[in-house]
Amino acid sequence: MERDIILEVRDLSKSFGGIKAVDSLSLNLKKGELLGIIGPNGSGKSTLINIITGFLKPDKGKVLYKGTDITGLSPYKIANIGLVRSFQFIRPFYKIPVYKNVVISLCSDRVKRLKGGSFGRRDEVAIDLLEELGFERDSRILYKETSEIPHGYLRRVELARCIALNPDLLILDEILSGMSKPEVASIIPVIKRLNDQGLTIIMVEHRIKELFQIAHRVIVLNFGRKIADSTPEEVMQDQTVRSAYIGKAKINFRR
Amino acid sequence: MWSLLLIYGLINSAIILLQTIGFGLTFSISGIANFSYGALYILSGIITWLFLNYGFSLAISIVISILITSLGGFFIYWLVIYRIKGMPLSEVIITFSLGVAIIEFLRWKGFVTYEFNVSPILKGSIFIGNVPVDLQRVIIFFSAFLLLVALYLFSHYTKIGLALRGLSQNEQTALCFGINTELLSSVSVMLGAGICALSANLILPLGIISMDSGYDVLLVAIAVTVVGGLGSSTGLLLASLIFGYIQTATTIFLSSKWMMVIYLFSIIAVLMIKPSGILGRFKEIEERI
Amino acid sequence: MNTLNTLNTVNIAKRKERIDRAIKARCNDIYTLLSLKEISYVIAPKLCLILFIFIFPLLKAILGYYWERVFYITCLIAILAISWELLSYVGLVSLGQAFVFGTGAYISGIFNINFHIPVPFSILLASGFGALICTLILFPASKIKGIYFAMITLCIPMFFSKVIEATEIFGGTSGISGISPIGNYYVEMYFPALVLIGAFFCLRRLMSTDFGLLIIGIKDNEFSLMSSGINIYKIKFFVIFLSSALGCFSGACMCHYYQFVGISAFSLDYSIIPLACSILGGIDGFSGSLIGAFVVCPLSEMLRGFGTLRIVIYSVLLIMFILLVPEGIFSYISRKYHQIERWKEI
Repeated sequence: MERDIILEVRDLSKSFGGIKAVDSLSLNLKKGELLGIIGPNGSGKSTLINIITGFLKPDKGKVLYKGTDITGLSPYKIANIGLVRSFQFIRPFYKIPVYKNVVISLCSDRVKRLKGGSFGRRDEVAIDLLEELGFERDSRILYKETSEIPHGYLRRVELARCIALNPDLLILDEILSGMSKPEVASIIPVIKRLNDQGLTIIMVEHRIKELFQIAHRVIVLNFGRKIADSTPEEVMQDQTVRSAYIGKAKINFRR
Repeated sequence: MWSLLLIYGLINSAIILLQTIGFGLTFSISGIANFSYGALYILSGIITWLFLNYGFSLAISIVISILITSLGGFFIYWLVIYRIKGMPLSEVIITFSLGVAIIEFLRWKGFVTYEFNVSPILKGSIFIGNVPVDLQRVIIFFSAFLLLVALYLFSHYTKIGLALRGLSQNEQTALCFGINTELLSSVSVMLGAGICALSANLILPLGIISMDSGYDVLLVAIAVTVVGGLGSSTGLLLASLIFGYIQTATTIFLSSKWMMVIYLFSIIAVLMIKPSGILGRFKEIEERI
Repeated sequence: MNTLNTLNTVNIAKRKERIDRAIKARCNDIYTLLSLKEISYVIAPKLCLILFIFIFPLLKAILGYYWERVFYITCLIAILAISWELLSYVGLVSLGQAFVFGTGAYISGIFNINFHIPVPFSILLASGFGALICTLILFPASKIKGIYFAMITLCIPMFFSKVIEATEIFGGTSGISGISPIGNYYVEMYFPALVLIGAFFCLRRLMSTDFGLLIIGIKDNEFSLMSSGINIYKIKFFVIFLSSALGCFSGACMCHYYQFVGISAFSLDYSIIPLACSILGGIDGFSGSLIGAFVVCPLSEMLRGFGTLRIVIYSVLLIMFILLVPEGIFSYISRKYHQIERWKEI
């Protein structure tokens, strides 16, 4: 078992009724990598993430995180060992102020363990974190109820919530969806920076252009199977991928 | 003893089925748990008794009682259920309070002695094997069967029936197809109330009209619907059979005091272990995101 | 220019505007302490409540036994209502609060009669022990959502009362009588009153901390909470335990007051009344339940003269309140207290 591999998925299968959502899927993830997962709708991306993060139990197969078997563990336990995910359909806590969403993460056992007891007021730490993600410190947006802020901000709040947990592996489930171009342009550098600082990231995405600019490796799923697993350039050229998903367009890479 | 169990088990299953279909129908189709069901049951019996006393014939009294109760169901939807928004379980609380209000009002008015009973449609009894069965019970058994057939035909071959099935699958999709879901939901409540009245008029003649049986009928209906599973008519049938035989066996071998205990226990146990019931179609979606 | 003027004078649209009172805006932080007027604005409602609860029992001579009894029952029901509301904060709407009430009553009675435990201790032990039993039953049920949980809780007290009736244990239908009373009038009155005030303020404080945040989060969005690394099961367990403890305490006090406990302790009344209190009072911060209790209980006692009609009036009132004033009395009053309304031209 290489020390480098932070996540290993072995032969994962999951069916819903007669439909095979995930079909004998295996993948490896090295520490510090930024992995992209793409594929048409219904290809099993979200099911895969749900299984990895403990919201679903697989029919077959194992998930290993840092060498330990985490298959079927409860989601909160998985989050507490450093595997954190964001949600595709945003579900923030609607009735509380925005910054309290992040405070909630700071109440978790993991944060208590890492920072040793209550370290300064949680509120302030939450606001610091949000500031790093582009919210202005004094803006009133942070104190509004989450149901009242514009949609584009919600994803960043979600990201803040995830980062507050000090994850070792961060899974972003379609975090760019629903964002406008400037918003995407402002958040991609943040994600890249987090990755450069050592955070392993998996991004499930539909926006291929932006994803390919920062991903080290890309996996393509179709009908629950892995049809490609290599660098973005090679994936672009792959015929199976093109016919299944990307089509004939060319994408220029600028790294 | 065993032939008694066999025959009466079957008959009691039919009784339970009749008592439950109305409630189960409303709940499966529009998701509305009409907790005033028990009150409507008793109310229709009282209405029949009233009209009988005014000198109407039995047949007409029954028809009027069914009509009035159905209209009652219709109005319950529009006046009460329709206005509830926001509060969780408000429809349960409000229909239950309505039910309590109706039952206790009738109790206060004095409809509590043995004088209040509705005469059976046919008097006399026949022998099946060596077991005496009164004709009313035979009528009940066949009515249950006919009702099932009628409902099947209705839901598969008439426009309204099909629309109701669509509503039960997915309300928003039904809306997209131009189905007036609000009106249909009120129809489902009305249908449930009507069937409830029908069953009341068939079953109440077996004994006197007692106010507490209003609450009991509600619990039986909940138990059967829950155990049988939502949205599944086979489940309803199966659960009615199970409870029918358990009830008969308990009355014969134990005492009837335990009957309610068993109903309540089964509700609690099934909901805790498998909320979708034995054959329910709507599985627990707690794991799907 | 001229046409513009005529247009303006003809179409004057108005809208209703609600703004916080000036004094409320000034009272948001510690500078409140500088002015007596502001201190009293903030404290007045709570002070009135505390004073009322403290002074009432002292007026025994004037008010007589009847009102003393009403007050006692009201305090107990208020505690029950608060425990119900606490459960609703984790998203568990229980239609069977009579379960915790009856459990507390029975356990306290049994401890007193069979084990000869003196009164104050039997109440406390019953609260703890009863809470444990209730939690063991309610916690697995809490995994089930919404309406099914409501059905389960509706059936649980009925189930226990029918079992007791059928098996004749714990006194069966005749119940357990001869339970010793508390004795000292003042201890008797102030014990639940103090617990009520204590629970009320402590719970409000709890809800305003980060832990309260987690509690609200459970109702809002369990999955998000779990993926933030919070152990929701531990929190649910704690909340159910706390709520059951309060409910059992309330039941235990009742059995010592009446010196009797029977299956009526599991009756539907005790499930519906906390509900009615919260609906009437408004669900938001435990004040609603408290005020609701102080309105509903005296009303209910006064209606006893009507016999069975009482329940009818009750149910009808409940229905009308849900339909017409869904926000509850307390929300209305607090809105008036904190905000002014005026018509403003657009």
